[in-house]
Amino acid sequence: MACVTAAAIAAMTAEAFRTPGERMPIGPLGVIGLLGAAVAALLLWDRHAASFGVVVADNFALFVTVTLIVVGILSLAISGPIVERENLPKGEYYALMLFSLSGMILMAMAADLLVIFLALEVLSLGVYVLTGIRRDVPTATEAAFKYFLLGAFSSAFFLYGIAFAYGVAGSTRLDRIGSLMAAQAMSPTPMQLLAMALLLVGFAFKVSAVPFHMWTPDAYEGAPSPVTGFMSTGVKAAAFAAFTRVFLSALEPLRGEWSDALQVIAIATMIVGTVVGVAQSNVKRMLAYSSIAHAGYLLVALIAANDIGKGAILFYLLTYAVTNLGAFGVVGLIERDDRTGDSIVDYAGLWNVRPGLAALMTIFLLSLGGFPPLAGFIAKWYVFTAAIKAGYTWLAIVGVLTSVISVFFYLRIVVMMYMTPSTTSLPIPPTPKVAGAALVASAIIVFYLGILPTQVLNWAAASIGSIF
Amino acid sequence: MHFPILTSLIALPILGSLALLFVKDTEQNEGVIRRIALIVACLVFVESLLVWARFDPASADFQFVERRAWIPAFGISYAIGVDGISLLLVVLTGFLTPIALLSSWESVHRKTRAFCIFILLLESAMMGVFVAIDLFLFYVFWDAMLIPMYFLIGIWGYDRRIYAAVKFILYTMAGSVLMLLAILALAVLNESATGHYSFDLQTLYGLSISAGAQFWLFLAFALAFAIKVPLFPFHTWLPDAHVEAPTAGSVILAGVLLKMGTYGLVRFAFPLFPTAAAFFAPYLAFLAVVGIIYGALVAMVQPDLKKLVAYSSVSHLGFVVLGIAAMNTQGVQGAVYQMLNHGVSTGGLFAIVGMLSDRRHTRLISEFGGLKRVMPRLVAAFLLVTLSSIGLPGLNGFVGEFLILLGAFIWNPQFAAFAATGVILSATYMLWMFQRVNYGSVSEKNSTLPDLKSREWALIVPIVAMAVLMGVLPNLFLRPMAPSVERMINQSRRGAAVEIRAGR
Repeated sequence: MACVTAAAIAAMTAEAFRTPGERMPIGPLGVIGLLGAAVAALLLWDRHAASFGVVVADNFALFVTVTLIVVGILSLAISGPIVERENLPKGEYYALMLFSLSGMILMAMAADLLVIFLALEVLSLGVYVLTGIRRDVPTATEAAFKYFLLGAFSSAFFLYGIAFAYGVAGSTRLDRIGSLMAAQAMSPTPMQLLAMALLLVGFAFKVSAVPFHMWTPDAYEGAPSPVTGFMSTGVKAAAFAAFTRVFLSALEPLRGEWSDALQVIAIATMIVGTVVGVAQSNVKRMLAYSSIAHAGYLLVALIAANDIGKGAILFYLLTYAVTNLGAFGVVGLIERDDRTGDSIVDYAGLWNVRPGLAALMTIFLLSLGGFPPLAGFIAKWYVFTAAIKAGYTWLAIVGVLTSVISVFFYLRIVVMMYMTPSTTSLPIPPTPKVAGAALVASAIIVFYLGILPTQVLNWAAASIGSIF
Repeated sequence: MHFPILTSLIALPILGSLALLFVKDTEQNEGVIRRIALIVACLVFVESLLVWARFDPASADFQFVERRAWIPAFGISYAIGVDGISLLLVVLTGFLTPIALLSSWESVHRKTRAFCIFILLLESAMMGVFVAIDLFLFYVFWDAMLIPMYFLIGIWGYDRRIYAAVKFILYTMAGSVLMLLAILALAVLNESATGHYSFDLQTLYGLSISAGAQFWLFLAFALAFAIKVPLFPFHTWLPDAHVEAPTAGSVILAGVLLKMGTYGLVRFAFPLFPTAAAFFAPYLAFLAVVGIIYGALVAMVQPDLKKLVAYSSVSHLGFVVLGIAAMNTQGVQGAVYQMLNHGVSTGGLFAIVGMLSDRRHTRLISEFGGLKRVMPRLVAAFLLVTLSSIGLPGLNGFVGEFLILLGAFIWNPQFAAFAATGVILSATYMLWMFQRVNYGSVSEKNSTLPDLKSREWALIVPIVAMAVLMGVLPNLFLRPMAPSVERMINQSRRGAAVEIRAGR
């Protein structure tokens, strides 16, 4: 079993190593590698493979892996036109994306704090560089620098947390920390609490929860749109996977301590994400705040942490990944080299010029806003059921009210596209086939998960139910 | 396995709109597009009549029930069925959609295809709301319905359409998300009582809920429905939405969408939470009476025809809520009857206002005058619809208002007395409006307006015929709803009875 895991990990990382040398068909190669990883993941399903006790391929990890593979494939597909248009270094671009993807997958499978840290660094470094890959654009460099500094900070916090955890438990393995914490859960020592708090801060940075969200809007705005889509979904999925694993297994005994703190963070995240989102005039910044708000909903599921909540995290991550990547894909097709086209005003009258793109964007935005019969509705419903079941009615109420506020700013774009006459006549480049197909596929998935979610909900519930 | 007729009511408009996607949206095709949409809508109407014909009026149960597991882990199923209360609302939806399409036949020339698609999608969502007997499914349709309406107002509306569209969707959502939480809470309560989740309406009817929980859950449901009705003081979105919406939007909004709020009260809020309903009924009735009088007074001073009709809706829907709050046979039958009436007469009024504004491109009452001499046929139809809206005996409005007032009087004479002044006020503002528009001297701008065209005949004749039919033969409509209304009242009285017994 262990060797199958090793093979899977090899497959996942192999494509990352393979690509830099090649020049021409790099994107497709990446897709092939990802499909290989997907096959490996499906073969590993229900096997509960583990290697060295630090990397486990349980169903939870595999579900996240599949989500990440979907993220990867969609990101690669929507990257094509932007890479061509902006003349980005192809080899580096795709390689970095695949490297950080392998980091994400490792993070989802890691069962040891040090491995999590390792994975975190692998994924972060790739994303830092991708953020600033347009070297001649000042905003991109600024964004990358900010992201790097704050990210380094958070890594430091995280590392401190690991150090304290090791100091307490004498191990960085999650299962050992967990059993030790459980033994002393009645009276946690200050050292334990410190370790927990530092880990919490580290994760909160990565999932961009308030008040550790400051980097998000700048980084999202400065990065090329596909990269923004990639990091807003992939990084979030990977970070949430590790977050869930650490807090629901190793730190589960300290639940009484972290639950209150997380509730405050979740409420603040939902409110800040939506309220500040209303004030944005740049679509990418707006989507950045929207992604902050969505982190808040995911935190609600994490706090609820009952059977439904755990399944809800997975389902939400998948839904959010597909929807958000779709939205950023459209943004990428509309914006132009000189950074114009990101403003909400640039969407005016899009319906008349490009009805297809406008319709796709509308589907993604309505799904983000949680309208039935789209995937976002089922995901939110799942989260709020979990919250109510666990007795966190207040969190659910804040959640639904903030989602009404978020509808306001999602609709602003729809208003622009459909109800406002075009002001600028800047040409929008034709949509390349691959990117268009990826967007249509995302839209179909959004409808599928919204109308017939049963199968995927069952997978999500089954994959997490057996573990924590 | 018999033909799933209710599913086809929902599916047919969706299929129609998918078919429309394959027709190129060019100006030459405009007629084809409209005809396809109209044929689909008429087919749906015929089907809804079929449902009525095969409906067993002696039974109080849900009929034509279809049930398929949807998300079994949570007890969510695709469960639909009609009883006497929803049957006629389904027919009303089928009746008004073709009329709405006809009413915008000439005023919508931009993006005709998308317009027809949104109308058909809206119809399918409305059907879904009325036939769903699974709360989750109900909510899905309830929320999904907002999107096409939002586009209809926002794209084809008048000057302040964007403001109105956004206000419409945010107001409605703000109310309904809390209802979503209440629905989830109900399912969770059912799980802790029986061990499995359920969103099935009939299962949840049998669930006994503590008075404290009922209090909050009823409030969440009632808020969602009160915004939709709209009950005073949640009505402020309505005049904006109505005034800015295109004629077809107004007809559907007034004719069907507002009914969803009152339907929700009858179907969900009262029978699910009987104890809380008994507690809150006087407050609801109070707001309803305030709405009746306030709506009438505000309608009286409106310079804009559409706004006047919009405020008259606030007043008329107040009657419906009053009848529901009375919770006796007369009151509830009257309320359901009045929902249908209001759909027919206010739908008709909006259609006529639409005809006037198509001709003059204004809706200001002061711009009109003396129309009787210019277009006698249109004014005759206008008069009949106006009278039906006022509640003249022999036309439909009378039956509903009379039953409601009767029911309210049995329950609480004070409410009935105050509500009755609303009847007088409605006669005042409607007749005054009618006089200013249709009598007096003809200004030059109005002197050449054409009378009813064949399309408009096709639109207004069914409305007038229905108004007369419902006024003369009320039993045709009251008979199928009676058993269901009775059952619903018994269901809703459980709580009150328990309370009284405990009090003794």
